[in-house]
Amino acid sequence: MIKDKARKPIYLDYSSTTPIDARVAEKMIPFITEHFGNPASRSHSFGWTAEEAVEEARDEVAKLVNADPREIVWTSGATESNNLAIKGASHFYSTKGKHILTVATEHKCVIDSFRELEREGYTATYLEPEPNGLVDLEKFKKAIRPDTVLASVMFVNNEIGVIQDIEALGNVCREQKVIFHVDAAQATGKVDIDLEKLPVDLMSFSAHKTYGPKGIGALYVRRKPRIRIEAQMHGGGHERGMRSGTLATHQIVGMGEAFRIARIEMQLENERIRKLRDKLLHGLQDMEEVYVNGDLKHRIAHNLNISFNYVEGESLIMAVKDIAVSSGSACTSASLEPSYVLRALGRSDELAHSSIRFSIGRFTTEADVDFTIQLLKEKIYKLRELSPLWDMFKDGIDISKVEWAAH
Amino acid sequence: MAYSDKVLDHYENPRNVGTLDKDDPHVGTGMVGAPACGDVMKLQIKVSDDGVIEDAKFKTYGCGSAIASSSLVTEWLKGKTLDQASEIKNSAIAEELALPPVKIHCSVLAEDAIKSAIADLKSKQGKLN
Amino acid sequence: MQKNYFDHNATTAIDKKVLGVMMPYMEMQQGNPTSQHSFGRHARTAIEEAREQVALAIHAHPSEVIFTSGGTEANNMIVHGAAIKQRKSMLVRSDIEHPCVARPMEALKHQGWKQALLNVSQDGVVTKETYKNISAENISLVSVMLANNETGAIQDMALLHDFAKEKKALSHTDAVQAFGKMDVRFDELHIDAMTLSSHKIYGPQGVGALILNKRSDIEPLIYGGGQEKNLRSGTENIAAIIGFGKACELISESMKTTSTHTLELQKILEVHLKDLGAVIFSEKVARLNNTTFFAFKDIEGSTLLTALDKKGFAIASGSACSSVNKEPSHVLLAMGIDEDLARGALRISFGKKNSVTEVKDFIEALKIELQTLKQLTAIAA
Repeated sequence: MIKDKARKPIYLDYSSTTPIDARVAEKMIPFITEHFGNPASRSHSFGWTAEEAVEEARDEVAKLVNADPREIVWTSGATESNNLAIKGASHFYSTKGKHILTVATEHKCVIDSFRELEREGYTATYLEPEPNGLVDLEKFKKAIRPDTVLASVMFVNNEIGVIQDIEALGNVCREQKVIFHVDAAQATGKVDIDLEKLPVDLMSFSAHKTYGPKGIGALYVRRKPRIRIEAQMHGGGHERGMRSGTLATHQIVGMGEAFRIARIEMQLENERIRKLRDKLLHGLQDMEEVYVNGDLKHRIAHNLNISFNYVEGESLIMAVKDIAVSSGSACTSASLEPSYVLRALGRSDELAHSSIRFSIGRFTTEADVDFTIQLLKEKIYKLRELSPLWDMFKDGIDISKVEWAAH
Repeated sequence: MAYSDKVLDHYENPRNVGTLDKDDPHVGTGMVGAPACGDVMKLQIKVSDDGVIEDAKFKTYGCGSAIASSSLVTEWLKGKTLDQASEIKNSAIAEELALPPVKIHCSVLAEDAIKSAIADLKSKQGKLN
Repeated sequence: MQKNYFDHNATTAIDKKVLGVMMPYMEMQQGNPTSQHSFGRHARTAIEEAREQVALAIHAHPSEVIFTSGGTEANNMIVHGAAIKQRKSMLVRSDIEHPCVARPMEALKHQGWKQALLNVSQDGVVTKETYKNISAENISLVSVMLANNETGAIQDMALLHDFAKEKKALSHTDAVQAFGKMDVRFDELHIDAMTLSSHKIYGPQGVGALILNKRSDIEPLIYGGGQEKNLRSGTENIAAIIGFGKACELISESMKTTSTHTLELQKILEVHLKDLGAVIFSEKVARLNNTTFFAFKDIEGSTLLTALDKKGFAIASGSACSSVNKEPSHVLLAMGIDEDLARGALRISFGKKNSVTEVKDFIEALKIELQTLKQLTAIAA
């Protein structure tokens, strides 16, 4: 019953979370049933088997991003990684200064870590991106101060899928001796990441955005030059003191396998996904008053974020319940605020409200895309027929000039 | 968000969608809300000479609850006198549709739309008289 | 070789029924519980059901259950969260707390918090007098574990409650080891916060919970999307949470039977151990029915451990987390046990699947190993 219920809508919300790849699940299960040891148990082979698997997985994660396995620290997910990197490095290097820099369109957990540091007495700058969602290098440079200790910029934006120029931003940080953290939760398996070349000090990863299990992630902590962080979770001294807590072996194994598959298959997969995304884009652009949010060129193949003018966002989501999509980030969609990411791009509240994020993934088919285009066309037509704003637009009234009674 | 069956029904099959001639002296038009707030409701009533609402139409830009609230009041308005109409309270709308607390404002907006439409009608008729 | 697993205080094998409820969440499309579409809503409902199962097992209200990535995080969260929120300068704990309570308190010292220790008796328990020795006021949090992971000694929660009440401090107990092995009722303990872990009760690793009563206000440890009522951000680990919920349900059903069973094993084991001249720690006080922490005078613990592992018996020396280092158990040192004896300490912790035969086999193996070791020692001497 669950299967029927869950399979019916077409899943186009891969940026929110991905299903576990069957190959990943297969690899995980023996570590739940047979090799269940605590990897920290050094006194018996149950523990050793678990530890071996954990280290193998660490290798796989490191390989995907061309890092040394000793630079990978396990965490419970990207949220924890981001908290650990930002608070941990800012605390450790606080003697250097108390200014921290990020971008207004970062994930909530980055923004909230910054807010927490502000409460502790740090000063934060939240840089506005350009209307296309990208960070302007000059503005970034100017935002750095002599007392800037850390900068945090996400690799790929979760809502609009734009790819920041991490190499250029990192070089600026290197010159200014600023610790550079990158949230790569949305980037793994979608863009090439080479940490040997990239001037990045700390990088956050998540398993469940790359066909691995939920509840597991990692933080890359550079060894050369060595970056230190203050632990946020203390205890048994796991992960070389940077992150204590018994590790879930099966989840780690799952993340390793998911990242291994990503490394091998990403190139072909991205090509296939790009074709589907472009098809979806062209199909939807047939309609009037449709706006793509974020730069199309510097963007992962998987994402299409698009606003349908004169249609309200929530009713749009209701209308398209046969497809599973997000309006804004999944983590904030419980609130009624329009997406702060789209607002930071300078989108009006109305367009921000009426945006849909389609994210395509490993199991999306061409038929799924065809169905989606058809559905959207039908529903947008219906909702616009219902919309007084559409009438006004058609009558040539400029809605931005109308004086609306506030309520 | 979990919607009640009634909200879903009105959303899927909205009643009385459309437009009445806003220049008709028997028609009152209320437009409330603002695009920036995520809801705009346009409610129109057509009143007979003896002061009974004989037709009501709406168009709404807004969430499912806003659409359902305005659809519901068009049903309720028909056959009512203006006095009866102005007694429709948002709480009754919210109760009928089982709106969750975060959606109560949709029913408030619908009540405002009724008042606004009646006021428009009265001001038109005042001018005529 | 057939493995006899006697290390259930470190981690337990997942119950097949638990795995059964988790599998669908690992094999099919699952939503992000925060998403509004049907995948997301389905995930949300499943999490709320698991929350009820956890609450039911420990007699708490579902709204008091905050899911975390495990016991370590829950302990860090209460220590950090209470300190930051309460803004009182003092933190109090027993001197046998797990490192994930002790270390976060020590880390807070750098930020100006002071720490007072409740010293345990020779038997490993905090007594009424010990509480009286704490004169400090202005206490943010007092944390005393319900049952110790090494000795299994059970602490008197009424004393903790009285102390916290008198000092107007938040009270917390780390119930990671106690839960599933003894009756734990959050509503009757009158403690403000309690830590649970899934993988000690035949649930999956990577999930636990902080039980926090509604009156208590703490600051989060991990900020972000605002999950778990803003107290613990991060996409929920659905499969593990579902598994944890099921494990809680099963433990409520089987706790009494398991407890009676492990008590029988414990009795058999300890009679023989004493026969062989072992010292059993915390023997005189209320202890978990599955845990025996013991040492032989003049016998090197790690040698015995390795030898027994080769014979197919998985046991532990002290807690798994600290078994990396060769330091003697901090718990035993706190109890005033002689350092040499402490260094040789071994822990056996039984679980529901262990059998009398296994215990008897173990004793036979132990006898042989002891004999060998004694001969070796004699030669060396």
